[in-house]
Amino acid sequence: MYNKKVKLRALFLFLSIATLILTIFLVLKALEENVVYFLSPTEIKNLNETTTEKIRLGGMVKDQSIKINSDKINFIITDFKNEINVTYSGIVPNLFQEGKGVVAEGILRDKNYFKAEKILAKHDENYIPPEVKASLGEK
Amino acid sequence: MNFIKNYQFSLVRKSQKIVLYLFLIVLMLGLFEALILSPEDYLQGDSVRIMYVHVPSAWISLGIFSLMATLSIMVIIFKNKVFFLIAKSLAPSGFVFSLVALVTGSIWGKPTWGTWWAWDARITSMLILCIFYLMYLLAWRIFENKDYVTKITSFIAILGFINIPIIKFSVDWWSTLHQPSSVNIFSKTTIHTTMLIPLGIMTAAFALFSLLIFLMKYNTELIKIKNKGLDRL
Repeated sequence: MYNKKVKLRALFLFLSIATLILTIFLVLKALEENVVYFLSPTEIKNLNETTTEKIRLGGMVKDQSIKINSDKINFIITDFKNEINVTYSGIVPNLFQEGKGVVAEGILRDKNYFKAEKILAKHDENYIPPEVKASLGEK
Repeated sequence: MNFIKNYQFSLVRKSQKIVLYLFLIVLMLGLFEALILSPEDYLQGDSVRIMYVHVPSAWISLGIFSLMATLSIMVIIFKNKVFFLIAKSLAPSGFVFSLVALVTGSIWGKPTWGTWWAWDARITSMLILCIFYLMYLLAWRIFENKDYVTKITSFIAILGFINIPIIKFSVDWWSTLHQPSSVNIFSKTTIHTTMLIPLGIMTAAFALFSLLIFLMKYNTELIKIKNKGLDRL
């Protein structure tokens, strides 16, 4: 069998790795609020107080909610439980569409109204050729 | 002993040529599939083709680091010098692929998300991996003492290993701008087969490239040892 030194080194390594993993786990757990990139409408409704700082709101663009009037775009971000109205003026990314994911960066005026300063499109994990998508849509 | 070493030399050198040709063939096949045969995406159009470079690079850089860390654990426990040499020779290609993944991700992010960079969990943890590779490589230049550098670099690799599952599961644990993984072993794969084939071939091509760089680097290390006139590692 292996000599004593090898066993001790293995034990030392195991203990240091275990400690490190635990430390990192606790740090990430404590920082969870900051690690998340955006908040969902439900999480925003559950906030105790609204901040005036810049935050990010993410979810789905509600179907048939995009309304464009002159230089402003209004739409609704939903997580299928809660909804928040968003207003934005500027250029939206190509993938910004109804029924697709979106992340809006801006200021929360109140719990139903979000003024976006930047719009990012969040696409999902599905990769499908157009013809296949068309035939899927027909079903 | 001498015979074994010479044999190992010629094996490493001969296999380089085979791996090079194999890499070129697989790369051409993969690029042909990825750029010409495979369809565009219904939503993203042609920009989806960046995936065929981005995803394999990310996989390979994660895989190489895991391998390096496993070898480093062996080095610390058993003081195995050959594993140490293998881990050292693996690092450069892993570093390059982690950089490629970050850069192509940025290029892909602009047309799809609308931004070059986002400090979300996936992208940040990938940047940390890249920095770990850099630290590993830099440690070689900084520390002269051979026993010391063995320990330092092995610990860097083991420390960075903890980051690997964080990268992998970041998209599931936290809300990120980056989309969740599409190729899954335990659940449904959400990439259409016509797009999965070029992805697989490109991954094989990049793996062969890593193998080639590894063999070249390993050969150099062996020559260095031979020139020092040491009969053992």
